[in-house]
Amino acid sequence: MIDTQPIPATTSRLLLRAVDLSKRFPLSSGWWDRNPSFVHAVDGVSFDLMAGETLGIVGESGCGKTTTGRMLVRLAEPTDGQVLFQNQSGDLEDIAHLKGQPLKDFRRRAQMVFQDPYESMNPRRTIFDTVAEPLQVQKIGDHTERLERVSETLGLVGLTPPSSFLFRFPHELSGGQRQRVAIARALVMNPSFVVADEPTSMLDISIRTGIMQLMGELADRLGISYLYITHDLAVARYMCSRIAVMYLGKIVEMGETEEVLQNPVHPYTKALLSAVPVPDPESTRDPIDIKGSVSVPVDPLPRCRFYDRCPIADNTCRDNDHPPLEDKGSGRLAACYKA
Amino acid sequence: MTTDPVLVVDDLKMHYMTQAGVVRAVDGVSFSVERGQSLGLVGESGCGKSSIAMTLLKLLPDNARLVSGSIALNGVDLVPLSEDEMRPHRWDRISMVFQAAMNSLDPVYRVGDQIVEALEAHYPAAGRDSMERVRELFDLVSLDPSYILRYPHEYSGGMRQRAIIAMALACEPDIIIADEPTTALDVIVQDHILREMQTIQRSLDMSMIYISHDMAVIAEVCDVVGVMYAGKLVEFGPTTDVYANPIHPYTRALMSAFPSVRGEKHDLVTLPGEPPNLLDPPSGCAFNPRCAYATDECRTSAPPIVKRGDQWAACWNPSEE
Repeated sequence: MIDTQPIPATTSRLLLRAVDLSKRFPLSSGWWDRNPSFVHAVDGVSFDLMAGETLGIVGESGCGKTTTGRMLVRLAEPTDGQVLFQNQSGDLEDIAHLKGQPLKDFRRRAQMVFQDPYESMNPRRTIFDTVAEPLQVQKIGDHTERLERVSETLGLVGLTPPSSFLFRFPHELSGGQRQRVAIARALVMNPSFVVADEPTSMLDISIRTGIMQLMGELADRLGISYLYITHDLAVARYMCSRIAVMYLGKIVEMGETEEVLQNPVHPYTKALLSAVPVPDPESTRDPIDIKGSVSVPVDPLPRCRFYDRCPIADNTCRDNDHPPLEDKGSGRLAACYKA
Repeated sequence: MTTDPVLVVDDLKMHYMTQAGVVRAVDGVSFSVERGQSLGLVGESGCGKSSIAMTLLKLLPDNARLVSGSIALNGVDLVPLSEDEMRPHRWDRISMVFQAAMNSLDPVYRVGDQIVEALEAHYPAAGRDSMERVRELFDLVSLDPSYILRYPHEYSGGMRQRAIIAMALACEPDIIIADEPTTALDVIVQDHILREMQTIQRSLDMSMIYISHDMAVIAEVCDVVGVMYAGKLVEFGPTTDVYANPIHPYTRALMSAFPSVRGEKHDLVTLPGEPPNLLDPPSGCAFNPRCAYATDECRTSAPPIVKRGDQWAACWNPSEE
C-alpha cells in the first residue's frame, strides 16, 4: 500500500499520486430509497506517476479505466480518495480543494485527449477556434499571440503547413488529422500531464502508428507524462513504460510493461493476454479458458473480484476480501492470494 | 488444393452514384472460395471491403450500381437475378453476420421470434418445428436456451453477437459473410466467439468470408487472405504465404505497422499519407502516392499481376522473392 503522508524528498520527480481513489455511481437516486445500490466503477486505486513517464491503464470495457482517467483531471469527482498533483512550486497538492487561480493552473497543466475525434470537436468551429479555446478560457494572449501559439502547436503535431489548416472545419479533415487537432488542443497549454483515453482506437492501422509515434515523440521532447488508457495490450506495449491492468474497478496487476506482458502473474492478466490474437498464421496460442463474462460491479461481495471467473480460485479467495496489491518480487505488484 | 468452389466472383464492379460523382467502391474484384474454406478480406476503412459483402448479398442502396462482373454461387450467377429470384438464395445459401451486433436485432421483438421469422420466410411449412430449430441453434452457438424468449436489451454484447451468428446459421447456408464480427467486443469474448465460429464452420463444412481490419484476427481464422486497397484486391493468397512473404508494398506496410503483444518487439513503421478518396483515386496504381517504391509506371498505368505459387499481387515493383 502507498502511504499518504508524509511525502519523502526523494519523490521530487513525482508528478501525480492517486491515493485509494474510488468512484461509486448510485443506481437509484430516489430519496425514498434507503438502501440504494452502487456501481463500484473504481474501487481503491492507488498509483504514482513520475514526470515524463507513460503509465498505461489496460482492461476490458467497464473496468473503470476511463473513470480513473477522468478523476485524475478532475472531470469526475472521486467518491473517496485523493488525487495529489505537483503544483508549480513542486509540492503535491490535493486537486479536490483547488479553486480560483490554483485550479486554473491545474487545468493548464493537466489535459485530456478523447477517444473519438468525430465526437470531441464542435463541427461549427474552425480548427483555430477549437485549438485556441483553452487559451481563450484562460485569457492568455491576444488574437495575434493566440494565432501564433496555435500555428506553432499545429506544426508540432504534424499538421503542416499550419496556415492551410487554421481556418478549416473538422469535416474537411480525415480521422487521423482530427486526432492530431485533438492532441494540439491538449498541448496548446503546454501541459505536463495528459490523460489519453484510447486516442488511437478509432483509427486505421496505417494512421494509428503515426499518432502513436507522434505522442511518443512529444513526450520525449516536451517531457509530458501520459496516462494512456487502452483496451489494446499491443498498443500499450509500444506506448507505455509501465502498465496497470484493471478488472472491475481494481488494479489487479501493475509493473514494467514488457515484464507484465512476457511474464504475467495475475490469472486475469494471463487470461487477457492469452486471448489476444497474434498477427502470425504460423503461431499457435493456447487460450486460457475463463468462465463467464465481465459483469457490472454492483455492490460487489467482499471477496476477490475475479473469484467467479478465476481458474485457480479456492476458498481463500471466496472467504476474504479482495486481495491487496502486493509486491510479488522485482517491483511487480499483483492483487492475488494464489499468485 | 481442392477445387469445389462455392463462390466464384469475377471482375466485380459496384459503384455508388453520389452527387459528388462516381465512387468506385468495388472496382474489378475477382476471387473464389472453396467449400469449407475461410477467406479473409483485410483492409482499412473505405477500402470497399464491406461494400463487397453487401454486393455479394445484393443488399445495395438505391444509388449503387452493379456495373459489371459475376457472382457465381454454386454455379448460379446472382448478378442478373431480380429481387424475387434472389430471395431464395439469400439467407438460405448465403447469409451474413453484420458488423454492428448492437443494432442488427430488433429491440421490440424477442430474439427467438426474430430467428423464427427468418426461418419461416424460407420454410413456411415448418410451423412448430421452427422453435425446435431455434433451440438447436442456441445450443450450437452456446447460448442459454432460457434466453430464447428474452429481448435483445437483456443480452450482453457477446450474447447478441452469438444470436446474430445463430440467425445466420438458421438455414444452413453454404457460405456466411462475417463483416467485422468481433470488432466491438472485448478480447476474451472475441476469442471465445472466433473459436466457436471455427468449430461450427468445420462441423458443418461451411465456407466463410471474414471481413476485418484486424490483421491478427484474419491470421488466426483464415486459410486464404485478400488484401484490399481503394476498391481493389492488391494481394491474394494462402494466409501463411502472404504473412510470411508479402509481395505488395501495402501488405508489407500493414504488417510492419501492426503491433503484437507476443514475440520480438519490432519497430512500428508509419505509412505516410492517407487512404485515397474513391471519388478520384490516383491514376495507375492507387497506392502510388504512399508507396516508397513508386516509379513513373506506377503513376501512369495499372499494375500487372505478379504470381508466386498460389499467391499473387498487383504491383509494378514487387518485393524480392
